[in-house]
Amino acid sequence: MKLENKIFELKNFASEMAKLKSEKHFDFLVTIVGEDFGEEGLGCIYILENTKTNERISIKAVDSNRENAYIPTVSNLWKGAEILEREVYDLFGIKFLGNKDMRRLYLRSDFNGYPFRKDYDLSPENNKYTLEDDVEPDYTIEYTMDEEGHIQQIEHKLFTDDDYVINIGPQHPATHGVLRLQTILDGEVIRKIYPHCGYIHRGIEKMCEDYTYPQTLALTDRMDYLSAMMNRHALCSVIEDAMGVELSDRIHYIRTIMDELQRIDSHLLFYSCCAQDLGALTAFIFGMRDREEVLNVMEETTGGRLIQNYYRIGGCQADIDTNFVKDVKKFCEYLKPKFKEYNDIFTGNVILHNRFQGVGILSKENAISYGCTGGTGRAAGWNNDVRKNHPYDMYDKVDFQEITYNNGDCFDRYMVRMKEMEQSIHIIEQLIDNIPEGDFYIKQKPIIRVPEGQWYTSVEGSRGEIGVYLDSKGDKTPYRLKFRPMGLPLVSAMDEILRGEKIADLISVGATLDYVIPDIDR
Amino acid sequence: MFDFSIVTTWFDSLLRNTLGFGDFLSILIECVIVGVLILTVYALLAIALIFMERKVCAYFQCRLGPMRVGPWGIFQVFADVVKMLIKEIFFVDKADKLLYIVAPFLVIIGSVGAFSFMTWNKGASILDFNVGIFLLTAISSLGVIGIFLAGWGSNNKYSVISAMRGAVQMISYEMSLCLCLITAVELTGTMQLSGIVESQADGWLIFKGHIPAIIAFLVFLVAGNAEANRGPFDLAEAESELTAGYHTEYSGMGFGFFYLAEYLNMFIIAGIASTVFLGGWMPLHISGLDGFNAVMDYIPGIVWFLGKAFLIVWILLWIKWTFPRLRIDQILNLEWKYLMPLSLLNLVLMTIIVAFGWHF
Repeated sequence: MKLENKIFELKNFASEMAKLKSEKHFDFLVTIVGEDFGEEGLGCIYILENTKTNERISIKAVDSNRENAYIPTVSNLWKGAEILEREVYDLFGIKFLGNKDMRRLYLRSDFNGYPFRKDYDLSPENNKYTLEDDVEPDYTIEYTMDEEGHIQQIEHKLFTDDDYVINIGPQHPATHGVLRLQTILDGEVIRKIYPHCGYIHRGIEKMCEDYTYPQTLALTDRMDYLSAMMNRHALCSVIEDAMGVELSDRIHYIRTIMDELQRIDSHLLFYSCCAQDLGALTAFIFGMRDREEVLNVMEETTGGRLIQNYYRIGGCQADIDTNFVKDVKKFCEYLKPKFKEYNDIFTGNVILHNRFQGVGILSKENAISYGCTGGTGRAAGWNNDVRKNHPYDMYDKVDFQEITYNNGDCFDRYMVRMKEMEQSIHIIEQLIDNIPEGDFYIKQKPIIRVPEGQWYTSVEGSRGEIGVYLDSKGDKTPYRLKFRPMGLPLVSAMDEILRGEKIADLISVGATLDYVIPDIDR
Repeated sequence: MFDFSIVTTWFDSLLRNTLGFGDFLSILIECVIVGVLILTVYALLAIALIFMERKVCAYFQCRLGPMRVGPWGIFQVFADVVKMLIKEIFFVDKADKLLYIVAPFLVIIGSVGAFSFMTWNKGASILDFNVGIFLLTAISSLGVIGIFLAGWGSNNKYSVISAMRGAVQMISYEMSLCLCLITAVELTGTMQLSGIVESQADGWLIFKGHIPAIIAFLVFLVAGNAEANRGPFDLAEAESELTAGYHTEYSGMGFGFFYLAEYLNMFIIAGIASTVFLGGWMPLHISGLDGFNAVMDYIPGIVWFLGKAFLIVWILLWIKWTFPRLRIDQILNLEWKYLMPLSLLNLVLMTIIVAFGWHF
């Protein structure tokens, strides 16, 4: 959608935002986009959603003082804002007044400058790789403004002296990548978790600013590699949306089927990893065995198994393989009886029920407040499926059920994904026989220029909403490109979910939240 | 049925009478030979068990397992053992050196000690005291100390948590393990392992003691599984939570000892279960059917023993590769709230049955 930004003055920003939340029921903060507006100053664009009507608005707040930019925090309104504001602070240097945790999120704490600003010096001489140890601060800084407009700095300690602090990660089998959870333990009981991100931060958004639009597509599958199709789908959609490209029905069909195949792939891996984290290795192998089949089907057409580069601006790279329809149907028939097998070996097991039921509860209010979309939110009873709320491609024309549960515990999060696989099969079966004839690619100009403006488009990824924010100045490269990470809200909610639970529950919660680290770090 | 004591008596008299060695020398030679035998069999069994585990779990999981080294991969484990032997042993800088070095030896001593109690055949048992069961449980619990010291000594936070878990779990499960053995002792009237086997000549204990014996057998399998630190009770190792738990910081043969002990503990649990409940080397006898019994006697005792033991090992593997892992509080709940009271009640039940002579 094209963004029509409401601009709030910084003076009454906090009260206006509070009003939006309490009076107009904009209770879901989709994302905060930090942006360097050049002459105008540094600022943020807040995208909000009303979870009742699914209406979306965007708010813009700019501070013209580039040296010391301050914006009042919204972390008191939306819990998920705390970590999103940290990200903006890390990359743009905007300090959020009242945010309790103004540490860097992705970059090292001894990093100089704010690399996403347009005036940041990117020359290699000034960006040498340091071999020094990164000494992390053991306190957070909170900035506040007193009545006369002076900025005050308050330090909050992270640990007390006799805390038993243990690092789960960055190299740990259960974090599924390089995430570090600094955990304070009391025996086996978790007292607090501080997530540390950025071990695989590549600055994809900044890289995209130097790339032409077709080039930016190449980076999408390096984020959430298990939603590679959907990442690219979101990026293609936002560019097509901005340029007003009309796609043929065939493209819509193919994209829907591919997205669902990718979702099955991701959920099968989710199932496998859940089993592996809980020590049920046979169930793990069963899941991986069946994932091979879906990868084979996708490989035929796209040429990729993990790294999918299939969509492009205006359609797809190539037409579907001649065997695609036949093999997809065969795959659907293959997978359906397997769900019973998964149930027999893993879902139905009493140990699994003990490990999952009532463990790691995330309430609906918290899920919305943190912005935990996808299966995590739906397990808590929040209808947040982008496919239903903001339909794209064929999703408003096919029949499928949005799976929701009410408890928000590990078991519900697990069951949402298991049931979603069946729904994906159901969607694919409705489409696969009716793929219409037509173009698989709408020819675009060799050099793509997007008209001036700001757009935000989202699709339903495997583990939440993938959104892409595009700010174009009419050039052949984007002025600012921002991906909404699915995993960042999940990781920020971990502390809330896990406080008071056992260390073994950290594993089950981590497994069922199903985050992918390159998606968090980008 | 072949009595292995013929061989041992012959060898003893060979040393003493034919060669004319004195008491001291002949006992020394016998002890050395027996020691070498124990260690060889221990190592060979470990290799067999590791290979079995890899193959069995592979077939559970629709895989092939090791296939490259030798036909059907049979030399894979030998290659692994050689690799482990020639690996460098390095020490953790800030570890408690003494405890760190002693720990693997304690584990292996507990394991070899318990292993020496196995009765392989008629007349073929190495340690056979009149308080055998008692001594067996005493020696096998040395392993807990080893695990606890390893975790504590390696100065690693994961290892400490794992050591606490391991210790609390193994000490707890020893309770029901011993109670189950006592149930069996009650019925057979002896603590001597060879005596327990002999008393099952007219039927295995699991048949003779019917209900309480079956309960004791099942509880023994669960508790033994926990005692051997095997899945779904492998909390101390819990590779997805604590990387490798107490042996995270060990390399080379230090790790090898833990690894060996883990597999042999599984075999020891299976061996004790088969000795006490399934008659050890005693063939399947049905009282009254003399012809059938005579045929069964033709099968050597060691085949019976190993057959039963490996059957139980296979069941343990099956359980491990099927179930997910429990959580520490659930494990302790299971023991203190269910298994221990159940085995106590079972003990009372067995007492009543023995007192009134209601067993077969």
